[in-house]
Amino acid sequence: MMMPPESGPGFLKREAVPVLVFVLLALVPVAATFGAESYLLSLVTRVMIFAIAALSLDLILGYGALVSFGHAAFLGLGGYAVGILSAHGQTDALVQLPLALAVSALFALITGALSLRTKGVYFIMITLAFGQMAFFLAVSLAAYGGDDGMTLPGRSRLFGLDLIKNDRAFYFAVLALLLASYLLCRSIVVSRFGRVIRGARENPQRMAAIGFPLFRYQLAGYVIAGTLCGLAGFLLANQAEFVSPAYMTWQRSGELIVMVVLGGLGTLHGAIIGAAAFLLLEEWLSGFTEHWKMIFGPFLVLVVLFARGGLMGAIRRIGGGGHG
Amino acid sequence: MAEPALELRDLNKAYGALTVTDHVSLALPDGEFHAIIGPNGAGKTTLIHQISGLVPSDSGSVWLGGRDVTGLSLPERVHRGLVRSFQITSILPGFSALENVALAVQAHEGSSFRFFGRAREEARLNAPAMQALEEVGLGNRASVRAGLLSHGEKRQLEIAIALAARPRVLLLDEPLAGTGPEESAVLIALMQRLRGRMTILLIEHDMEAVFALAERVSVLVYGRIIASGPPAAVRDDPEVRTAYLGEEGG
Amino acid sequence: MSMTLLYVQTLNGLQLGVLLFLIAAGLTLVFGVMDFINLAHGVQYMIGAYLAAMFTAMTGNFFLGLALALPSALAFGLLLEFLIFRHLYDRDHLDQVLATFGIILFLNQAVKVVWGAAPLSVPIPDALSGSIRLMDGLLYPVYRLAIIGSGLAIAVLLGILVSRTRIGMLVRAGASNAPMVSALGVDIGKLFMVVFGFGAMLAGFAGAMVAPILSVEPGMGDNLLILTFVVIVIGGIGSVRGAFIAAILVGLVDTLGRVFGPMLLRALMDPSAASQAGRALAPMLTYILMAAILFFRPAGLFPAKK
Repeated sequence: MMMPPESGPGFLKREAVPVLVFVLLALVPVAATFGAESYLLSLVTRVMIFAIAALSLDLILGYGALVSFGHAAFLGLGGYAVGILSAHGQTDALVQLPLALAVSALFALITGALSLRTKGVYFIMITLAFGQMAFFLAVSLAAYGGDDGMTLPGRSRLFGLDLIKNDRAFYFAVLALLLASYLLCRSIVVSRFGRVIRGARENPQRMAAIGFPLFRYQLAGYVIAGTLCGLAGFLLANQAEFVSPAYMTWQRSGELIVMVVLGGLGTLHGAIIGAAAFLLLEEWLSGFTEHWKMIFGPFLVLVVLFARGGLMGAIRRIGGGGHG
Repeated sequence: MAEPALELRDLNKAYGALTVTDHVSLALPDGEFHAIIGPNGAGKTTLIHQISGLVPSDSGSVWLGGRDVTGLSLPERVHRGLVRSFQITSILPGFSALENVALAVQAHEGSSFRFFGRAREEARLNAPAMQALEEVGLGNRASVRAGLLSHGEKRQLEIAIALAARPRVLLLDEPLAGTGPEESAVLIALMQRLRGRMTILLIEHDMEAVFALAERVSVLVYGRIIASGPPAAVRDDPEVRTAYLGEEGG
Repeated sequence: MSMTLLYVQTLNGLQLGVLLFLIAAGLTLVFGVMDFINLAHGVQYMIGAYLAAMFTAMTGNFFLGLALALPSALAFGLLLEFLIFRHLYDRDHLDQVLATFGIILFLNQAVKVVWGAAPLSVPIPDALSGSIRLMDGLLYPVYRLAIIGSGLAIAVLLGILVSRTRIGMLVRAGASNAPMVSALGVDIGKLFMVVFGFGAMLAGFAGAMVAPILSVEPGMGDNLLILTFVVIVIGGIGSVRGAFIAAILVGLVDTLGRVFGPMLLRALMDPSAASQAGRALAPMLTYILMAAILFFRPAGLFPAKK
């Protein structure tokens, strides 16, 4: 059961940013009919897929203060579930998607159970190492393209039909899934469960002293986040009709963290804005120069040193208020 | 004879060559208000950590109502009714005072593996939380962010959080630390009200408060209990006077 | 034949192990003393390799190149410390991760701009070229032996430095209890700068030493950095001894696993399945080892903090 957002006079004001984000996303296909349709659709579809991944990371990073540096592994696991099943002739989303989610959940359960026994610097290094393990596993899958990855025969089918073959249809499918993921995450963070996760971010010792064994809650959060990111992997493979180990490089994990932080930690809609900001910035800067990372790297350092609270925080400060 | 509410049997703890808890045994009958005093560095806080399960003991055991809880973790002991407060204020600063307490209620009211529904609006959690806040005198501060409360109010909030966990045995680790005279008067009155309703083990520096509140007092010096008994007897114990009270100039 | 292969691969494993140790030694202390996560340590290794390549090409002599590369790597590390790192000590781990990630992005690209995208190669110095016969049928390149030898020598020196000298004692104390050391009146910031600079130089030395046998290219430090993390996690944060043992362990497991893993599996199952499974498993072996050690010892083999 999805929690309906409350209505009332304050609703639009309070929810202005997320509402605006989704309205804009819904209008993109309309704007795209005026030109550069396939470019625009594919760029924004990609933004929305990464937004799902960033949302899932925000759940544990923003709300749980768990700096997971191996999150891209789930993108790869979701993607490879599609790729490997397709290679064996199974192209139905009703088989592919549950498997993609199950594999992601299982990987999250095992690696999470090990990494969550540790804290701080250890946790970061261990999640990074497990992410790298998944990467090397993909590289060594010679039967499925190894280093070079593999091209899919086509997008997933639904009930044997090519429902998302059309880019516009696929766009709306991704938008719907993004909205569903967003509402799910919002429901989780204000639920009993989410309150335990948020409490652990503020003061883990206090939470233990009132009787919460935090490990199991954090592990459940880690599994939820990993599974949701597996969904993003499933979509990414479908969009590109291609999967490769590049989905799960550790740089990609780092980029996911950057997206969440750019948009503002622990805000959910910030993760969507951050994903858009990062990918559009990448697109824009790399149009100038192939060395765009030389601009982006120092930009990141400066954001950390001087602009706390991410882009949204900076915008809010400059604009002198804004929402919330 | 009824089982003691809390019993420590030969607890030990050492950090390297430094013995912090030295063969501590203690039994608190149900409903007793017991205080542990001792000079700085006597190992009082370590002892509370051991009793509550935050720090494992090297040897010895902790019994709660006749059951051995030595092998249980901190949260598990809380669920058995052994609840503690912290010497250094430990609250969730970003949550409202009410939510701080409601979380403690939540820990004991059904499952927290619920992903839907706003926890903040659950009357089942908020009503008992509000009751605990009123009990400690914070009823009118419920919606204030805990981080913005005054120091004394934070100490009251901590006790409200502990009460919401429905303790059978309450461990209070220097609740008066850092409070001014007015704030401590409020807290002492609060502890007075709690007296007899549950078993309380208080660790405190404030001698006046201890002798006013406690039915029995134990003196901890270098990790060892050197005296234990009614306040008057302990105060007059010559060993205590030389080892501790004399040193404090009292 | 198979025994020879075992010896050669063991030596290769040792070589990887000492390299990992050179990179891990400084990093584990930085983590331990400052509770500071530095992802940009791998680029120090890369910078060391590029500096060695540049100075060797300029002087025409590898040893001269090495002698110039070391102080330059040190200076570069200190510069980074001065400009960025010291502003991050009191930040949370997430800020440290982001900022050092930004440094990696910048430097991996910057070396392309400065030295070109194509890999550089450095000739093996004449004095250390060729192979030496270690026993019947076992020829091993002299240069690789030199890497192992110098790495082990540095490990011994470092061991003495950390266990016998005053600064070593402070570093060890800092790794197990930093507030106590600053309470003793030691300037923990200065201590960290020394540790950091030294660590950067060791990583640079590792990079310079492998320049003649690996291609010097952008991003060469990234994968090694993650293996270094595995080493630190296994060894226990803040422990130089743990880093050494874990580095050798990881070097051997990684190298021998890749060669002998598939061979062992072939003895157990049919050849094609074995080679499939072996190739998939071998690169994961180090990480499985890490998982297993973590399962039993969450704080690593030799945790500095009690």
